[in-house]
Amino acid sequence: MKDVARAPDDALEVYGTRLSSRLFVGTSMYDSPAILADAVRASACEVVTVSLRREAGGSRAGGSFWDLIKSMNVRVLPNTAGCKTVKEAVTTAQMAREVFDTPWIKLEVIGEDDTLQPDVFGLVEAARILSEDGFEVFPYTTEDLVVAEKLLGAGCKVLMPWGAPIGSGRGLNNVFGLKAMRAHFPDVPLVVDAGIGAPSHAAQALEMGYDAVLLNTAIAKAGDAVAMAHAFKLAVAAGREAWLATPMEPRDMAAPSTPVFGVAFR
Amino acid sequence: MQVQVIGAGIVGLTAAFELARRGADVSLYERRPGPGLGCSYYAGGMISPWCERQAAEPIVTELGIEALDFWTKTLPVATIKGSLVVAPPRDRADVVSFSKRTSEFEECDSRRIGEIEPDLADRFPYGLYFPREAHLEPRDATAALGKALAQLPNVTLRYSTEATASEKFDFTLDCRGFAAKPVLPDLRGVKGEMLVLRTKDVSLARPIRMLHPRRPVYIVPRTDPHEFMVGASMVENEEPGRITARSMMELLGSAYTICPAFAEAEIVEVGGDVRPTYPDNLPRLTLRDRTLAINGLYRHGFLLAPALAARAADVVMKGAHFPELMQ
Repeated sequence: MKDVARAPDDALEVYGTRLSSRLFVGTSMYDSPAILADAVRASACEVVTVSLRREAGGSRAGGSFWDLIKSMNVRVLPNTAGCKTVKEAVTTAQMAREVFDTPWIKLEVIGEDDTLQPDVFGLVEAARILSEDGFEVFPYTTEDLVVAEKLLGAGCKVLMPWGAPIGSGRGLNNVFGLKAMRAHFPDVPLVVDAGIGAPSHAAQALEMGYDAVLLNTAIAKAGDAVAMAHAFKLAVAAGREAWLATPMEPRDMAAPSTPVFGVAFR
Repeated sequence: MQVQVIGAGIVGLTAAFELARRGADVSLYERRPGPGLGCSYYAGGMISPWCERQAAEPIVTELGIEALDFWTKTLPVATIKGSLVVAPPRDRADVVSFSKRTSEFEECDSRRIGEIEPDLADRFPYGLYFPREAHLEPRDATAALGKALAQLPNVTLRYSTEATASEKFDFTLDCRGFAAKPVLPDLRGVKGEMLVLRTKDVSLARPIRMLHPRRPVYIVPRTDPHEFMVGASMVENEEPGRITARSMMELLGSAYTICPAFAEAEIVEVGGDVRPTYPDNLPRLTLRDRTLAINGLYRHGFLLAPALAARAADVVMKGAHFPELMQ
């Protein structure tokens, strides 16, 4: 039995909401909203994340696209993608709460334009402000344990460390760090967010005990987004089942531990 | 046959032109004071059916190929110089994915890119050259259509005139673009922003597309050899006529990356509008009684308008049905 708390039906519980899918899907960069809707269906995900900062313009003019998202009948996790300061992120979160009528916010405070890695100092500050204001914050962070601790202190009840830089498709760059994070926070829902490029990366995250993965480009920019969405659904389910089944420990054959004396089966 | 066409953007102009050529009496109404002053005004004018396949369904390529003939023979305002797709070294992956989804190109190394566009010599290690593609100056094209229509005896042009579908006509073509949203509720606006740079330090003979994981940009040379259109953002936002500082920085940054000599160029224009778009990003002909709406050309106005005009004329004059566009 794992020491990670889990419900008998294996639902994922985040901020009191039970989810049966462990795949969160982003909504950017699809060839069309119609393909996005098909991909979301094929992925069987229950949560999609939507950016608002740039789309809002001066008069919340992203309305038609947001209506399309709402019509997909999945839970919306608005995000603050593109925000570089605490103030921008807080303002965008407040708008998102109104537009999508949800306390959930995927908090991104971007610290570096090129790699899009989080500004963890701004992230902690924004997380505190938003949590105090009643938001349920999903922070996009690194695998840094100290930052993770501070985010929990700021009121976050979910952590979303990156696998690799956003859009890079490189998979889990720091497996050791991610394993340490899992071991350190056995009772906190952990979601690998960003960097997933292939279904095998997603399966790997779940096999390591991560509770879910969040990805966008890997599906949106696949040659066939809908088929790839389905592939991710299968990979996430496989990874989760593998974790629950307790994978075997790999054996190191390079260092013989048994005496060679009397070996019968050469 | 008396046909009313509402809207003198690229869709209304090509539809009116096609109907008039086939002998219909056409009355074209436009609320603005001249042809091509809506979102067509801000178009790039790339007639690139193969490049566009990168993010569009096959039908866009199929219909788009027809535009090459229209813009080089029927109304010859385009030049076939091909188009060039490049990416900085670190974004090679984007060139590879682009090549997987497109066809009719030649793979280029740095030397070959320099042969095609000398000003890009030694700037990009990889590229794709699509030799059969064309480009045009959208404002010249809409003006030429306006002029051609004005010379036809069976065409009446009414600019600065609001119109609604009228019983006086045998048929009405609704070509109003995003303004038709009240009757075509599926439409959404996808904002595009552009700017025009002027410099004598850069020479480009053909459209250049620079790939980037988040903000691909193209530069299209204009009729004036010293002017270059840089475009275009793609934002799920319905606010016309306003360019954000971020978009401007991105467009300028990309232009500078393509050719550093743009740094000293004069910014002669900034602008933007919204592209009328259906949820599948594909065009649609919507027939209701005796009104046919042509809409949803998204970022493919000049590429798709000739083929859609021909099909719309078939619907109006022969009762034709095109399931791939009308379901």
